Amino acid sequence: MTETINGKTIISTPFTDSDLNALHAGDVIFINGDIVTGRDDVHIRAVRENIDLPADLRGKALMHAGPIVRRSSDGGYEMISIGPTTSMRMEKFEYDFIEKTGVRLIIGKGCMGSRTAEACRKFGAVHCVLPAGNAVVGAACIEEINGLDWQDLGMAEALWSLRVKCLGPLIVSIDTSGRNLFEEKKKEYNARKEEQIEEISKKLETIL
Amino acid sequence: MTLEDKCNKMTDIMAAFIGHTTVRLPDDVISRLNELRAAEDDPAALSIYDMMFENIRLASELGRPSCQDTGLAQFRIDCGSSFPLLAQLEEILTAAVKKATEETPLRPNAVETFDEINTGTNTGTGAPSISWNIVPSWDGCAITTYLAGGGCSLPGHAAVLMPGEGYEGVVRFVLDRIAEYGPNACPPLLVGVGIANSVDTAAQLSKKALFRPVGSHNPNEKASAMESMLEDGINKMGIGPQGLGGKASVLGVNIENAVRHTATLGVGVSLSCWTHRRGKIVFSKDLGFNTDTHAGFTYGQ
Repeated sequence: MTETINGKTIISTPFTDSDLNALHAGDVIFINGDIVTGRDDVHIRAVRENIDLPADLRGKALMHAGPIVRRSSDGGYEMISIGPTTSMRMEKFEYDFIEKTGVRLIIGKGCMGSRTAEACRKFGAVHCVLPAGNAVVGAACIEEINGLDWQDLGMAEALWSLRVKCLGPLIVSIDTSGRNLFEEKKKEYNARKEEQIEEISKKLETIL
Repeated sequence: MTLEDKCNKMTDIMAAFIGHTTVRLPDDVISRLNELRAAEDDPAALSIYDMMFENIRLASELGRPSCQDTGLAQFRIDCGSSFPLLAQLEEILTAAVKKATEETPLRPNAVETFDEINTGTNTGTGAPSISWNIVPSWDGCAITTYLAGGGCSLPGHAAVLMPGEGYEGVVRFVLDRIAEYGPNACPPLLVGVGIANSVDTAAQLSKKALFRPVGSHNPNEKASAMESMLEDGINKMGIGPQGLGGKASVLGVNIENAVRHTATLGVGVSLSCWTHRRGKIVFSKDLGFNTDTHAGFTYGQ
């Protein structure tokens, strides 16, 4: 369900086709509801080792993240710090992961590649970027830790099921048409890079 | 105080200091981030800076690690030859990392290679990583701490160029790496460049460059001018905070250099993310200390 509250676009789980198809690369959203963390080892286990995930990701968000979690005095868990990790590390597996798990919204950091963009187009999924290094703000958005699976992978790599409130801002980096914001940006950066290499080289000639 | 008491005291101070550096960024980094935010006019980039400053505030208020990736600890030690705990320093720093992992808490990130087992303590074979410099005729000890996150360690790269490629080749090497990997490494970045003889010397110097304060300059005038040129040029690439566009791409560029073989030109690049968790603490022989990176840090003083 998509709502606009105080100018913010807030999407709640379970995400629907119309929630996701309405998003365009560059849009800024916030999400409410159920997310599950999964990074390198979860992808390797699910895709390379072809093991079914113990958590159902349909209608939920996957977050590329390895949080710091502490045992609380009541025997449960307390979220200390959580933020996104480099999504590109999961590029090798993400197409198959999306196809296998049915996850349609992925939160991470930085760009993903053409295979993920292809999966987003084919399966109607989106990739979003949460500004990284802001893990205390991130932890403040976690209302509840309601599941822990594959604990043998360790704190950072395990599947943590979380309930979030107003997690964001999330910048849509790949939309359901497969448009990839970072790929576009990187073309601009590379064009400017060539100009700057020339510029700096000229300046260096004057001092070396 | 017995030797054991001294070791315990220094371990406690270092564990607290490491914890403190995960919660609070060094003063030079905060001050540069303030300058970059003030110069920014892109609304999306500004909203990212706002989130960063909110996180800096909240981390400090709640005493929590500002980033969940508390990295792997790297230390650069400039130890006086007559510092009383010189022989115990490695043991002290290892114990301090274990203690900080437990108490702060830090995320356990150390995975033993081949066995592929997380040690759970952020220590293990070769960890923490320590580089040594012995300072003759001094009885104090300066320890620079750095928690190297995974995201900004990934882009690290070194190679040996042919001298004919020249300093232009160095510029291309650095800018290529930043264009390809910089947007993912949490910009605005601190860029460390090492220029020397071989891959190992260039790579080590590129990391040493990250241990230098933001805004500091190489003592060689030409190297210093090249730092400013690279900083200006990389900023003009417009990578912005989080790689989504903006005026600044970097906190700064630090170059460290050494001689090269007449037939080689070694170059290394190490990057640090905006949440550059560096600290410097200087001990006297009786374990009094001061720090110029974290004015607010106190421990039993």
